[in-house]
Formats: sequence, C-alpha cells, structure tokens
Amino acid sequence: MRDSSSSRRLITQKVVWVFLALFTVFTLLILFFIIGYITTKGAPVVTPQFLFSMPERMGKEGGILPTVIATLYLAVLALIIATPLGVGTAVYLTEYTRESFITRLIRFGADALAGVPSIIFGLFGFILFVVKLKMGWSILAGSFTLAVMILPTIIRTSEEAIRAVPYELREVSYSLGGTKSQTIFYVVMPNALPGILTGIILGLGRSVAETAAVIFTAGSSLRLPRSIFDPARTMAVHFYILAREGLSMERAYATAFLLIVTILCINAIAYSLMFRLTRRFR
Amino acid sequence: MRERLIKTLLLLVAFSALAMLFLIAVFIFYEGVPLIGKVGLKGFVFSTHWAPTKGSFGILPMIIGSLEVTILALILGGGLGLACAMFLCEFAPRWSVKILKPLIELLAGIPSVVYGFIGVVVLIPWIRNTFGGSGFSVLAASIILGIMILPTIIAISLDALQAVPLAYKEGSLALGATRWQTLYRLMLPAARSGIIASLILGMGRAIGETMAVIMVAGNAILIPTSPLAPVRTLTSNIALEMGYASGDHQRALFATGVVLFVIITLLNTVALLSMQVSKGLKQKEMK
Repeated sequence: MRDSSSSRRLITQKVVWVFLALFTVFTLLILFFIIGYITTKGAPVVTPQFLFSMPERMGKEGGILPTVIATLYLAVLALIIATPLGVGTAVYLTEYTRESFITRLIRFGADALAGVPSIIFGLFGFILFVVKLKMGWSILAGSFTLAVMILPTIIRTSEEAIRAVPYELREVSYSLGGTKSQTIFYVVMPNALPGILTGIILGLGRSVAETAAVIFTAGSSLRLPRSIFDPARTMAVHFYILAREGLSMERAYATAFLLIVTILCINAIAYSLMFRLTRRFR
Repeated sequence: MRERLIKTLLLLVAFSALAMLFLIAVFIFYEGVPLIGKVGLKGFVFSTHWAPTKGSFGILPMIIGSLEVTILALILGGGLGLACAMFLCEFAPRWSVKILKPLIELLAGIPSVVYGFIGVVVLIPWIRNTFGGSGFSVLAASIILGIMILPTIIAISLDALQAVPLAYKEGSLALGATRWQTLYRLMLPAARSGIIASLILGMGRAIGETMAVIMVAGNAILIPTSPLAPVRTLTSNIALEMGYASGDHQRALFATGVVLFVIITLLNTVALLSMQVSKGLKQKEMK
C-alpha cells in the first residue's frame, strides 16, 4: 500500500509539523522573553521601600506609593460599580427570559462594548464624567469609566458560570417550595460563585492594566489621593510617563515588573477558579 | 409582588451594557459630528493637512497610517497565531495544550504600555541597527501590535478548530487522508467563520490600540511611504493631543474618535456575525 504518493504525503506532513512547531515555539519564546526581560531588569530594583515611599522629582527618585494606592482605589471602586450591573445582567439573561430578540440585543450590546477601544472609553469618560457631570479629573470619574469598560467581561463570564449550574439543582429548590428569587440566591448563585468571581477578577486585571481610559479621566497627579474626588495617577499611567519621558529607566523597569506580576497573579487566580468550576459540574 | 419587582429591576440592569454603548456613541458623535459638518467630510477625511490650531483638520494621514499598521500587524500576528492554533489543535500532545492554552490567555493580560516599552527598549534599537533610520516606524508598530493580537487570534481560532465536528475528521482520516490533509482541506474550511472572526477581532484590537503604538510609531503626521517611515494612527492622534486641546481642536479629536468608532463597530459586527455562523455549525452537530 505504501506507494510513492502516500510516502510523499507523509513527508509533507512531517515538514508541516516541523514548521508549525517552530512557529509555536517562536510565539512562546516572544511571550516568555517579554516577561523574562522585564523581570531581570525590574525585579532587582523593587524593594519594600520602593513600594511604600513617596516619589521625588516627578518620579525620577523615590518610590511609587501614591500610584499603588490610586490603582487600588480605582480598580476596587470600578468593581463595586460594575459587579451588580454585570451579575444582574447575567442573572436576567439566564434565569428570567428565553432566547429572544431582547436577549440577542443585550448580548450584542455587551459584545460590541467589549470591542470598543480604550481610547474611546477615555474620550467618553472625559466628556461625560469629567466635564458634563463635573467630577473633574478624579478617582470617581476614572472608576466610572473603567466600570463601563469591564462590564462586558463580568457579564459574559457570569453568564457562563450561571449556565454551568445543572438544572436539577433548581428543580430541587422549586420542589421544596422555594420561590424563583430564593432559588437564585440560595442555590444558583453559591454554585456559580467561582465562575462569577473569575469574571470579577478578570475585570480587576483589566482595570489595573489600563492606561488610555484612565489618563484622561483620573488625571496624572502624583500627589497622594485623599478621597475619591481627588485626581490620581495609577501604576500603569506612572509607568507610561516614566518610560515616555525617560525620567528613570530603572524605575520604569521596576514599575513594569510590579504591574506584570500583579496582573499575572490576578489572572492566574481567575483561571484557576474557572477551572475548579468547570471540573465541579463535569 | 416581590418576585415581579426583582424581575423588573433585573430587566433594567440587563440593559446597562446596551445603554452604555448607546451613550458612548451619542457623546462621541455629539462632540465630533458638528466639527465634521463645519469643515465638511472632504476637508476632514480626505485632507492631508492637520493644523488644528489654525483650523485645518485633515486626518487622511492618520486613517492611512492606522490601516497600514493594522494590516501589517494582521499579516504578522495572524499568520503566526493561525500556525499556533493549527499546531495546538492537531499536532501538539493533549497535556501540552492544557498548559499552553491558559498560558497564552494569561499573556493577553499584559498591559499594552509594557508591550510598548519592550518595543522601545528592544525592537527600536534592533530596527535602527538593522535597517537604519530612527527605528520609530510602521514596522515597529506593526510588530508590537502583531504580538499583542496573538492571544486573541490563537484563542478564538483554536476554539473554532476544536468545534469542528469530530465525525468530519474521522471520516477524512478513515478515507486515508493524512492529518495535515485533513487539517488543511477539511478543518480549516469548516472552521472558516470562527477563524475569520478571530482575525477581525484581532484587527479591531490592533486598530484600537493606543499607548503601545504611541511609544513606538514615531507619530509624525505624514502618509508613510515605507515600512521604516514614522506614522501616526487615529488613536495616537487622539491620545497625543487630548492633554492640551480645547475648542474646535478638542472637537476634532472627538471627530477622530467618531471615525474610529465607526470603523470598529463595522469590524465587530462582521466578527460577531461570523462567530454566530461558527456557533451554528456546532449546534447543528449536536442535533
């Protein structure tokens, strides 16, 4: 059976295998190179003192304390705003309606919102929250903008998590006399919680990483923010300014390292939660 | 009574994303469209003269710049990403896919400013030493964007390839086709709509990316004539000048946003439609 055409086909397959494998290895190398490069240059500079002291001379010297606090403020506040909206939408889509024009419209809204570039969120947040609603450059305006940006992530992930809860669990609750809202609160939500948390944590990661949408809404003040009405500079924005204005390469590397570590940890937690959820119901 | 209240409340909440999308469109258009009306579509979209403090608002160089950078990024990132997806789907051992797929998704989280920074400290010197010039160029921006869209392209096209019904594959292998023939002649066409969606979403990401591009593209306002020429994209134009713009100048930046928003919405709609086609295929198999 092994005529010449079949052996030629097998050679083609081997050649293709080698090429595709090379491309895949190359891709992984690029991605590891980025992390490795930032780590070797940035990690040695990071000390507790760098994290917990005030910057001096526009960030040329000193630490990054205000930017750490600003990042926390913005990311947490954005989650507080976006979570009820996102989870509520997911509950409505999964528990309260059938597939219809309305659900398709809502999903289209979420998907289209997910594709809007961050600079557009920046423009929108600037004109609506900073100017029209008179919040000024502030943590509040930045958080609202980020909340709109991460809403689709939370909706999509929560929806998947709630759908993964087997229907039998709901039937048990109904047969015991539970009402719809009781069933959702005491049966569906606790079971879907890891997946919902995944969406929330992914949103957190996006908020921490964001620059374009934040710089025009929260501003870039390096002072320690005292309330949510103060302007502030997040770590990502600080890093951008350090790198672009060449203020201190050493500190830019260190800030980049901290950013990457924070976000990779956040995302790793999110995915391991998702993994646990999918294993539970399979 | 309580149940109905909850239902109504949730219905209202459920429209939040759609309402936000609508609000974004309204505010960007409200600020930007009057300026386009004032200078005329021709003076805005088809003029190459951008001197916003002197009343000239031509963004043609930025439109062309955005397209050039995006297309080149798509060729680089799309080719590499598809190759990865194909390898992971057909040739890589199961256990390695289980590790590599989440790893690649993790890397989607790296902030765009970090990609831009890597571009500045590694890629730009390399381009300068290899090809000459300043290094800040179409090429630099495209390479960085190509890398940034890899996770999107790999994840979505891998999903599409894995969604191809097993029966198709088994049939082809049973007829004596090799794995590569099956992949190339059967799975790729069958997963076509999902793969197209991944490319379009990657394209949307590339055209919408701002900070990384500003850092490596050089930002000069002229139509780039070579891959080594500096370039300014639509997004960079907004971000570079938002800090100090006011009056008509600021409105011109919003108008730039309008053009960007229209392009992205078109791309996304096409991507979402072809994703639905790809999902339909999967459901057909289940029936």
